[in-house]
Amino acid sequence: MTTPSLTALDVVIRDAQIVVSCGSGGVGKTTAAAALALHAASLGRRVVVVTIDPARRLADALGLAEGLSNEPTRVQIVDQPDTPGELWAMMLDPATTFDGLVRQYAETPERAERILANAFYHNIAGALSGTQEYMAAEKLYQLHRDERFDLVVVDTPPTRNALDFLDAPATLTRFINHRLFRLLMLPARKGLKVLNVAAQPILRSIGKVVGGEVLADAIAFFQAFEGMETGFRDRADSVSELLHSRITRYVLVASPRHDTVEEARYFATRLAESELTVAAVVVNRLQPRFGDATAEEAEEAAVLAEASGRHQLGALWRNLGELRALADAEEAVIAPLVADTGATAIHRVPLLADDVHDLSGLREIATHLFRV
Amino acid sequence: MDSLQFFGAARLVIVAGKGGVGKTTVTAVLAQAASDAGLRVLAVELEGKPVLEDLLANTSVEVMTITAPEALSDYLDTHGLKRVSKRLATSGIIDVVATAAPGIDDIVVLGKLKQFERADDYDLIVVDGPAAGHAITFLMSARGLLDTVRGGPVRTQAEDVLEMFHDPARCQVLLVTLPETTPINEVIETAYAVEERVGVQLGPVVVNGVDLGEPIAIIGADEHLMAAAEFRNHRRASQRTELDRLSNDLALDQIVLPQLPVAGITPVDLAAMVMALLEQIDRLP
Repeated sequence: MTTPSLTALDVVIRDAQIVVSCGSGGVGKTTAAAALALHAASLGRRVVVVTIDPARRLADALGLAEGLSNEPTRVQIVDQPDTPGELWAMMLDPATTFDGLVRQYAETPERAERILANAFYHNIAGALSGTQEYMAAEKLYQLHRDERFDLVVVDTPPTRNALDFLDAPATLTRFINHRLFRLLMLPARKGLKVLNVAAQPILRSIGKVVGGEVLADAIAFFQAFEGMETGFRDRADSVSELLHSRITRYVLVASPRHDTVEEARYFATRLAESELTVAAVVVNRLQPRFGDATAEEAEEAAVLAEASGRHQLGALWRNLGELRALADAEEAVIAPLVADTGATAIHRVPLLADDVHDLSGLREIATHLFRV
Repeated sequence: MDSLQFFGAARLVIVAGKGGVGKTTVTAVLAQAASDAGLRVLAVELEGKPVLEDLLANTSVEVMTITAPEALSDYLDTHGLKRVSKRLATSGIIDVVATAAPGIDDIVVLGKLKQFERADDYDLIVVDGPAAGHAITFLMSARGLLDTVRGGPVRTQAEDVLEMFHDPARCQVLLVTLPETTPINEVIETAYAVEERVGVQLGPVVVNGVDLGEPIAIIGADEHLMAAAEFRNHRRASQRTELDRLSNDLALDQIVLPQLPVAGITPVDLAAMVMALLEQIDRLP
């Protein structure tokens, strides 16, 4: 049972060791993650927040104009230097993170270098879909074991599908351990040359379409990777286990639009299938409400005022009515999400008069997130 | 500008922008407006999401989904891999191919779009571009493949797509953004990247969700009335500032579309948005 004076998010940032912020692109996921982390630091936690967004929104919000690196950087909380905890931030560099894994699991440094120099490997590390998600999870795993931090907040990549994040470790390992390719590699183990492998009919046809060099790179990669699969798979299993464990809490972020609400609900269903639950839901950018008048009452008041020649008053009522109608429409859009996850899990953040671009802006978001 | 001149500028229009800026809405509005003007219009969706189809149901716009995996498997089918294509798909080796030549999945999609552009079945093809940060990669795929693939049909395809990109009468990119700090920063960055690295012609920037209207006079009244008016005035003023900043930093015309009085567009709102678009086109030089 939670204490009634605490919101669902309060419980999350007091108890969790890992918080994953997920939702569609453009809903304010990164900002929500940063606001949560800042608030957790104010409660005395040593927090690191990981962002992936190439737009560097988090960097903007934290006032880090020079951007972030693949290693955590301490954020100076200049406006509240007596903050009891610590806030660290980093921007994920998937390729560097992947290189680190290859070095860790390669049998010899020479073999690691051979893989790192391979063009096909560069494509996996840089462009393969799912790599970014997996590296975010891998980084989360590393930071979780890092003594400097007691809370890791991860902003997930803007995936086409939110569940990619949960599935990424398994998907990528499956790709690297590609069965058919490994079967095709069999002759290579017996000492045959790359060219002979490429002479297999199926590979020859592929080579005709994409070009021989491209194919040779792929074959060289799978050969160099031979023997590393077990280490990689075990690591991926550990990462996956952490994502599915109780110390990891999921916070869904949505905006009051049908598509982002549906995406959030879908992710909640997926979590439930893995016997995980949504710890809290954040709905960002809701129209604020002013007073208790309904849209209809405001419209009536506007008509009345105008009828008596008070046009400026009429305009004021009309404005209030328009804002209220929009707020009502938004509430209808998020209603299914509220019904799914329970009203107490929902945290509403109003559309703010200004964009968030500094610590005080984040703190304003946090005020709304942690208001009972 | 005359609306037929606007819609006739290029046969293929790719609508691009970050997630959440309303790309799909803009795609639907453009397609509908062009169709109203008497053009034969195809709207293309790249991610298999039904939103565009729903918005344009019961209109004369044709809607089609082209996803990368399907386009790639079609492509391999027609390039001598038909015999093994099923095995390629079920074994997942198709992912290995896509990784071996990154961008091949994008180039086969662009190749299909190019086919429609060359054929005479449609006067205008509007594409709801790929999401979140993927737009540049998508548009860059042709150039990237020229570096990795030295010969064969994929290279020819990439060369053809690049040729189309470099002809402003054949293809244009419309960037969509919102009147807020981060989206405006992003659209400026993207515009420079697209022009310098892809060399494709950019059409006007579409700024979506703008709360148009004059400031509301604040007179002594109920505190909620005054607070609501102050909030609205402040939002409008900051949107104005962002639009001005966009004009200063990016030498492209702007098309400003209004914020809808509802959350999320429905087919009913489409007509209002089309009117707004036509007014804006009329004001273009």
